[in-house]
Amino acid sequence: MFDFKIVTEWLHGALTGIMPEWAAILTESVLVALAVITLYAVFAIILIYMERKVCAFFQCRLGPNRVGKWGLLQVFCDVFKMLTKEIINLRNTDMFLHNLAPFLVVTASMVTFACLPWNRGAQMIDFNVGLFFILAASSVGVVGILLAGWSSNNKYSLIGAMRSGAQIISYELSIGMTMLTMICLTGTMSIQGIVEQQYAEGWNIFRGHIPAVIAFLIYLIAGNAECNRGPFDLPECESELTAGYHTEYSGMHFGYYYLAEYLNLFICAGIATLVFLGGWAPLHIAGLDGFNNVMDFIPGAVWFIGKTFFVVFLLMWMRWTFPRLRIDQILALEWKYLVPISMLNLVLMALLVAFGLHF
Amino acid sequence: METTETKTQVQAAAPATPKPAAVKPAPKPAAPTAPAENEVKPIEVEPSALRKEMERLKAEDMDFLECLTGVDWMEEGLGCIYTLTSTSTGKVVHVKTATLDRENPLLPSVSDLWAVANIYEREVFDFYGIRFTGHPDMRRVFLREDWVGYPFRKDDETEKNNPLRMTNEPLADDTEELVLNADGTVTSKRNTIFADGDYVVNIGPQHPSTHGVLHFRVALEGETIKKIDPILGYIHRGIEKIDESLTYPQTLALTDRMDYLGAMQNRHALCMCIEKALGVEVSDRVKVIRTMMDELQRIDSHILFFSCLAQDLGATTAFLYGFRDREKILDIFEETCGGRLILNYNTIGGVMHDLHPNFVPRVKELIPYLRNSLKELHALFTGNVIFQNRAKGVGVLTKEQAISYGCTGGTGRAAGWHNDLRKTRPYAAYDRVKFNEVVREGGDSFDRYMIRMDEILESLSILEQLVDNIPEGSIQEKMKPIIKVPEGTYYSAVEGSRGIFGVMLISKGDKSPYRLHYRSTGLPLVAAMDTLCSGSMLADLITIGGTVDYIVPDVDR
Repeated sequence: MFDFKIVTEWLHGALTGIMPEWAAILTESVLVALAVITLYAVFAIILIYMERKVCAFFQCRLGPNRVGKWGLLQVFCDVFKMLTKEIINLRNTDMFLHNLAPFLVVTASMVTFACLPWNRGAQMIDFNVGLFFILAASSVGVVGILLAGWSSNNKYSLIGAMRSGAQIISYELSIGMTMLTMICLTGTMSIQGIVEQQYAEGWNIFRGHIPAVIAFLIYLIAGNAECNRGPFDLPECESELTAGYHTEYSGMHFGYYYLAEYLNLFICAGIATLVFLGGWAPLHIAGLDGFNNVMDFIPGAVWFIGKTFFVVFLLMWMRWTFPRLRIDQILALEWKYLVPISMLNLVLMALLVAFGLHF
Repeated sequence: METTETKTQVQAAAPATPKPAAVKPAPKPAAPTAPAENEVKPIEVEPSALRKEMERLKAEDMDFLECLTGVDWMEEGLGCIYTLTSTSTGKVVHVKTATLDRENPLLPSVSDLWAVANIYEREVFDFYGIRFTGHPDMRRVFLREDWVGYPFRKDDETEKNNPLRMTNEPLADDTEELVLNADGTVTSKRNTIFADGDYVVNIGPQHPSTHGVLHFRVALEGETIKKIDPILGYIHRGIEKIDESLTYPQTLALTDRMDYLGAMQNRHALCMCIEKALGVEVSDRVKVIRTMMDELQRIDSHILFFSCLAQDLGATTAFLYGFRDREKILDIFEETCGGRLILNYNTIGGVMHDLHPNFVPRVKELIPYLRNSLKELHALFTGNVIFQNRAKGVGVLTKEQAISYGCTGGTGRAAGWHNDLRKTRPYAAYDRVKFNEVVREGGDSFDRYMIRMDEILESLSILEQLVDNIPEGSIQEKMKPIIKVPEGTYYSAVEGSRGIFGVMLISKGDKSPYRLHYRSTGLPLVAAMDTLCSGSMLADLITIGGTVDYIVPDVDR
C-alpha cells in the first residue's frame, strides 16, 4: 500500500535543505494545522449536505435543490450567511464565559479530529496512548456545553446544559468500556499500531467476533449519545427547550456549535472505523490473494473515508427514525443496560484473548 | 318549576333523530308553530338558592358541566346559564341564574363540584365582571390583567377605556379569593400562585410545542413538574363579542377560525343550531354531505395530531409521513370548497357548493390508501419502543377526572368515558351509519394516542358507507334574505374533532344574535393540564400536551 510517509519525509528533507531544523518543524506544524482546519471545514460542509439529503430521502422529500446543481451550493451559502450574521451580546450574561464556551467545544472537536488515521503514514498525532488521548480530548467539549448553559443566564439553556452534562458523562463510561474491550484485543493503544495490526490480521470486528460486535453496537449507541444527536438530542431538544444550551448564541458562535456537532458525528464514526472496521486497512479475505491485491490498490484514505461515511449513514438512519428519549430513560438505558453489558463484554473479551479464541 | 323541569328533560333526552325530508314534510320556516327542537327552557334559580340547587343536581348524577354561558340580560340582570349533563342517563338540564347588582355582581362558585367550572367561571368574570364566591383563583383568563371594564356587558365602553397599551402585560403572582361567610358578608383573601422558592420556567407563548400561542408557567423541581399555570388569551379575538354585531350568515365566517382542524364541525354546529331554531329541515343530501365532510375533517385532524405528536417527540420522519397523507384530504376539500384550511362550506340551510365531480372517486381512492398508510404509520411510530416508553403510563386521567374536567372527545374516551355525541345524540346522517365508538380504559397518553388512530379507521368506515349512497336533492333550502331567529335560547352540539363543540344561541328576534357562546373543545383540556402533568417530568409535558390535543385558537376564541 501507498505509504504517506514518502510525502512527509520528502517535504521534511526539502525544508531542512533550505532552513534550520527548528524552522522546518515550525513550518510543517503550520502546514499541518492549515490542513486540519481546511479538512475540518470541508468535511463539515459535506456532512451538512449529506445530512440534509439523507434526511430528505428518509422523509419522502427532495432536500435542497435550488442553489447550484442538486443544491450543492446550498451549504456554502449557509456558511457565508452564518459568517455575516451579527453576534449578539446579551445583558446579564457572563460575557467572558459566554464567548469562551463555543471555542472550547470547537477546539475539543478539532483536537480529536487531528487524531484520526487517514492513511498509512498520514496522521498528525500518534503516540503510544493515542486512544486514551482521543477519549480525554473529546471529553473537553462537555465543559464548553456546561459553560454555555451556565453563562447564558437562561433557564432553557441551563436545563439543557445540565442534561447534557449528565448524559455525556454517563455515556463516556460505556465508550471507555468498549474501548477497553477492544484494547484488550489489540494489546496496544497506539492508533497506527491498531490499524497496522488490523491490516495484517483482519478487521477487529471479525477478529474479535461476538464480543467485538456487541462492543460495536454499544459504541454506536453511546457515540450517538455523546454527539447529542437524536434519539439522544435532549440537551437541545427543540420541542422542550427551544435550542437547549445554545439558545442564546447567534452568528458564528452558534456556527461553532453547529460545526462541532457535525464534526463530532464524523469523529465518532471515524473512531468506530479505526477501532472496529480497520481504519485505512482494506478488506482482506484470507486465501483470496488476487482479491486482496486488488483491494490494496485502492488508497487507504478512500477506505478510511468510505467506511467512516458508512458509519455516519448508520447514525443518520438512527437519528431520522427514532423519537427522542426522556432524560431518566436515557440515564436508565446507560446505567441499567449498557454499563453492565459492556462490563460483561469486557470479561468475555478477556477470556477470548486469554484462551486465544479470536482469529 | 316542576313542569318546566320535566319539559326540559323530555326535550333533551329525546335523541334528535333526523328524518328524511321526503318522509316527513319540513315545518314551514316562516312560522314555526311547535317550539324549536333545540330550544332550551332553563330552570331559573335565584343566586342565593343556586348553590343548593347545583348541589342537588350534582347529587342527582348530573356529573358533567357541559357548558357555562355568561349572559348580560340587561334589565333581567347579569348571570349564567349552566348546561349540565348526566353521563349515565344522557339527561340534559339547563340552569339559569342572574343577579341584578351591576356594580358588584356576586354568584356562588361551583368550581368545587365540577373542576372545569374553575376556568369557565374565570371566563365569565373576565367578560362580565361577575365574581364567584368560593372560587380560589379569581383572575382574568383571556384579557390583560390591566384591562379596564368587562367587554361583554352590553353597556361597556370597551374602546374608550382601553387604548392601545404600549407596556408589557403584567402577570400577577397572587390571586384573589372571595369567601362568603355564614352571616352573608363577603371577605377577600389573597392566594399565591407559586411558592417563593419555585423555579418557574415559561413554556410559551412562543414555543415550538404549545401548538399555538399558549403560555404555561411551569414550576419545576429539578426536571419534575410541581405546578402549571396556563396563561391564555394571546390570540383571543373576541369572536363571541364580534358575533353580537354580525348578521347570522356573517357569524358563520368566524367558526372556521376557532378550531381550524374542526372547521367543518364547528360550522356544522352553528348552522344546525340556527336551522333548528328557525325550524328549517335540510335535505337528506345536505345531511350526508355534512356527515362526510365532518368525517374527512376528523381524519385530517387526527393525522395532524399524529404528525405533531411525532414531531414533539423528536420523530421528524413520522411527522412528514403524516403530512404526506393529510395532503390528500386537503386536496379533496380544495376541489369542493375552494379552501384547504378555512373551508367556509356549510351555510344556513345547506352547503355552499355542490360536491365536485371528483369528490366521490377521490374519496374512494382515499379509503384504501389511508388504510395502508396507517399501517405504515403504526410500523414507524406506534410500535417503537421509545415512543411506548414515553407514552405508556404518562399523564393518566381517570374517568372521574375526565368528566369533572369536561375533557370530552378522545381524551375522555381514553379514560373509558362514552361521550361520543354521534352515538349519544345522533345528528345529521350519523343514525344511518354503523361505526364503533372507540373507548379505552387506561387514560394515559398512549391510550389517547391509540383512540385517535383507531378513530381514523372508524371515520373511514363511515365514509365508505356513505360514499356510494349520497342521495340526490337540493343543496340549499330557500332562506329569507334576512334571517331572524325567533326569540329564545337554543343549544346544539356536535362531536368535533377533539370533543363536544356546543353552540349556545340567545336571540331577541333580531337579525343578529343577542349572545352566541361556543363550548370550546380545547378550554377544558388546557384546564386539566395542571392535574395531568403534576409529578411528571418536563419532557412529559410535551407528550401530554400533544396527546390531549388542544388547539389554541379554539381555546382562546
